[in-house]
Amino acid sequence: MDARSETQPPAKKNPTTVERKSDRELVVTRTINGPARIVFEAWTKPELFKQWWVPKSAGVFLRSCELDVRVGGTYRLVFGEDPAKTMAFFGRYLEVVPHSRIVWTNDEGGEGGAVSTVTFVEKGGQTQVVLRELYPSKEALDASLGSYDGMTETLEQLDELVVTLGASVGRS
Amino acid sequence: MVKYSPAGLDASFAALSDATRRGVLEQLGRADASITDLAEKFRMTLPGMMKHVGVLEQAGLVTTEKVGRVRTCKLGARRLEEETAWLDRHRQLWDARFDELDKVVEQLKRREIVNGRKK
Repeated sequence: MDARSETQPPAKKNPTTVERKSDRELVVTRTINGPARIVFEAWTKPELFKQWWVPKSAGVFLRSCELDVRVGGTYRLVFGEDPAKTMAFFGRYLEVVPHSRIVWTNDEGGEGGAVSTVTFVEKGGQTQVVLRELYPSKEALDASLGSYDGMTETLEQLDELVVTLGASVGRS
Repeated sequence: MVKYSPAGLDASFAALSDATRRGVLEQLGRADASITDLAEKFRMTLPGMMKHVGVLEQAGLVTTEKVGRVRTCKLGARRLEEETAWLDRHRQLWDARFDELDKVVEQLKRREIVNGRKK
């Protein structure tokens, strides 16, 4: 269906959808213009991952990024320009299926942490990425929503947004 | 405390699909009211109104509080707005992330072509 050659840049960007599927689950989808093995590579190699996971527009500084993407392996992302005020996000990989699926925990929020699952489905040289964040309870997701109350466009709060999304649920 | 319903936005939109319920929201936008008041205003039975309020409450659009024998209803803290904004912010961030991912993937694709796919 998609006859684009691999050398051609994407004609236009694909839409990103975000849905709250249930009390406990948030689902994000997007089609990426490349094969699943490449998307998987970008998701699993720290030097590539850090190029996109923290977009410039988010205005936060990623100090370090360690990913050991294999079952039982851990990851750790540390944010913050000021070394005295860093914030770490960490967890463990529960499932790693090359080129198709990664499941990880978000442990910095303690028991409120979500389990994230990303799947890659390749079709005609493109990859549909579906990311699910499943929270342990409705309360955990509500708590994460709570942090958005009365939010204004300040850098600090954008920081908080990335923090929440980067790792899911509220650190309490 | 704002309540979030099982089906999120779907529940909100479903709740808003009914004219009586929209009327109730409008009414509560002017002033808090008891279920009895609302039933009278909309010429409904008490159980009928309770059902409507229940749907609105489930969707987080209305909150109720029972004081003595009177259940007072009020608007549920801008829930729809908040949830929409919340989803929007998620979408913005993920969109920005995936835009960057697109670039990384483009680079990798080019690199593979240059290297004759032997990485």
